[in-house]
Amino acid sequence: MSVHNGVVRSAYHPPAWKAVDAVAVEARAAALGTRSIKKAAKLQGLLLAVSMIDLTTLEGADTPGKVRDLCAKAMRPLPGRSDIPSTGAVCVYPPLVAVAKEALAGSGVKVAAVATYFPSGQGDLAMKLDEVRRTVEAGADEIDMVIDRRAFLMGDYAKVFDEIAATVEACGPAHLKVILETGELQTYDKVRFASQLAIDAGAHFIKTSTGKVQPAATLPVTLVMLEVIREHYFKTGKMVGMKPAGGIRTAKDALKYLVMVNETLGDAWMSPDWFRLGASVLLNDLLMQLEKERLGAYDSLRYHTLG
Amino acid sequence: MATKKQTPKTTAAAAPGWKYEPALESTDHVRFEKRYGHFIDGKFTAAKSYFGAINPATEEQLAEFGQGSAAEVDTAVKSARRGYEKYWSKLPPSERAKYLYRIARLLQEHARELAILETMNGGKPIKESRDVDLPLAAAHFFYYAGWADKLQYAFGGAQVAPLGVAGQVIPWNFPLLMAAWKIAPALACGNTVVLKAAETTPLTAMKLAEIFQEADLPPGVVNFVNGDGRTGAALVNHPDINKVAFTGSTEVGRAIQKQLAGTGKRLTLELGGKGANIIFDDAALDQAIEGIITGIFFNQGHVCCAGSRLLVQESIHDEVVRRLTHRLSTLRVGNPLDKNTDVGAINSRAQLDKIEAYLGYGVEDGAVRHAAPCPLPGRGFFVAPTFFTGVAPAHRIAADEIFGPVLSVMTFRTPEEAVAKANATPYGLSAGIWTDKGSKLFAVASQLKAGVIWGNSFNRFDATSPFGGFKESGFGREGGRQGLLPYLEVRG
Repeated sequence: MSVHNGVVRSAYHPPAWKAVDAVAVEARAAALGTRSIKKAAKLQGLLLAVSMIDLTTLEGADTPGKVRDLCAKAMRPLPGRSDIPSTGAVCVYPPLVAVAKEALAGSGVKVAAVATYFPSGQGDLAMKLDEVRRTVEAGADEIDMVIDRRAFLMGDYAKVFDEIAATVEACGPAHLKVILETGELQTYDKVRFASQLAIDAGAHFIKTSTGKVQPAATLPVTLVMLEVIREHYFKTGKMVGMKPAGGIRTAKDALKYLVMVNETLGDAWMSPDWFRLGASVLLNDLLMQLEKERLGAYDSLRYHTLG
Repeated sequence: MATKKQTPKTTAAAAPGWKYEPALESTDHVRFEKRYGHFIDGKFTAAKSYFGAINPATEEQLAEFGQGSAAEVDTAVKSARRGYEKYWSKLPPSERAKYLYRIARLLQEHARELAILETMNGGKPIKESRDVDLPLAAAHFFYYAGWADKLQYAFGGAQVAPLGVAGQVIPWNFPLLMAAWKIAPALACGNTVVLKAAETTPLTAMKLAEIFQEADLPPGVVNFVNGDGRTGAALVNHPDINKVAFTGSTEVGRAIQKQLAGTGKRLTLELGGKGANIIFDDAALDQAIEGIITGIFFNQGHVCCAGSRLLVQESIHDEVVRRLTHRLSTLRVGNPLDKNTDVGAINSRAQLDKIEAYLGYGVEDGAVRHAAPCPLPGRGFFVAPTFFTGVAPAHRIAADEIFGPVLSVMTFRTPEEAVAKANATPYGLSAGIWTDKGSKLFAVASQLKAGVIWGNSFNRFDATSPFGGFKESGFGREGGRQGLLPYLEVRG
């Protein structure tokens, strides 16, 4: 309820379904992709991209040893180079959270964990929430949940909404990133709607993909999601973070994402607090580009560690 | 963002304010002469007197060009007549096609240099000359090359014949592209050409002449005379011209039509416009905003089909204005040679003065000005992209063609009112319709009196699509199969 000029108005909000024009959104994404980022701007962008990476390993074969290696890389991507920042987070499966937490202690690098029956989301709510709570207790700073695409595609949006809201609750102090798995929603209209739904349910970040479904993150899908974040900000003054994940492999791609955030949302989002890149091999390409800026020539991948 | 607050990480990289460095297109490898006369009979020829053309972003002179006299125009027309009788009309159509394909390929090969010169002389951003003007210019030659030997199938099996010599006069907003639009169909149909480029932007036409030489085009098939409106008048009034094609202002077009009455010369006119861009409340709004921006700020608004009248459904007016204000703040105005520039230089001092006068009229008539908050370069002809709210149809900024980056925002309540307002103009060149509902889009489109109507897009061009106006926006079509008609005699 609100009062306008002495008249009481109800809190009714019309439905949030808004269309996206596929041709135009792809044209805009392509146009932003032609920005030419040179010299100091490129250097700054590459460093910023490093600091925004959620360095990820999500394999059945992951072990404590693998995760410790990854954490070392996340904290000091190029040992001896204090000008290169640590990554934003390390992203692992729940059983490896404790290992990552210990390895990253005191570094400022966050521990992110996927939960809620990642990647399919096919599980019942009680078990999902239990997994979330245990993962936060084990030390996760951030939870990357997946939405229930079964419910979403059946049109049971209330179930999707309630599950996200319950997961926000279960996260307690941890931040929640909500993965829409845009490759399974397929149309931009659905991506837009799912983004709005996730934000309304309390998501701190919205995220494109698990990385297990193709296509994963794309520039146009990211643009649609950023535009929903922008609209939410205009309406409420509240910021929501964005994380494209999967398929971002090169420094050139990373800079295109940064340009898109910069020109869609602006300065306030140009920080790891509000924008992350879910990636693994991207880091080495960024480091190679940074070394190229320093040395004037590309060095061999053999000078860069795995992971 | 719920109730939690993350503590910012303190890394140097996270410093706010990511500014793009200048990314200037290099001009090292472009070359052009300090002085050009005309291009007649396959050769560059001297002129009696010359005038200077400048770079509007720096106000520095680029080169001098001949001020075509009546005698020089006559020499050019005679050359075109010879070219027609001696070479072009004798060639089998498939041979004409080969020349056109060759020109198209050469345009592609020289695209980078031509794009840079187009930007230096015209003021348009390099990303537009690179990504729009040059690819389209080549596309028109490729497209009409394909028609050259298929003309007898173009109009239901009717016999067709060329007209002879075409006199063509083009404007300064798309110098090379307008030359391509005019020359390609004329040559494909078997005509020869005398073309006059605009006096502020003759440079790329001279480079196009070099391409014709490189393509070994027979002498006299295309001739360029430089000069101002007097040269243009001498050309269109020359007794040995069979056809006149003019793109420019409605005022000049009207004068040409009067002069040509009773002469037997064919005429096509592509004139002014005051395009309506109609945004319905069910439109994909973020994309519509991009369409509004493209519609009015593409090429600094120097576009005859610009969407200069924004008609917004009243229920979403405030939302559109808020988004437009935000989008305006991200426009990059400045050096046209910077690859990240979105809006470049106004083409001339005279045009800048006209635009600034209209900015004054807008406020005077009671509208509210919203200007992009961007810094403008200290020299050169620049103006902040602007939109006005609170505009009534009676205001001068709503009625007149400004030909600059100035948008008038008006509202409507129903589709019927949108159609009525969109059609309430003496012009009829273009319109845009933004709605997610296909049936509404086509219903509205069928009622609009405009030659080009874009659905959920704006200012998109294609060689296969006819372009031209209704009412005072002119007649005749350029592009597509229809673009052949102005250059052919169709004999039933």
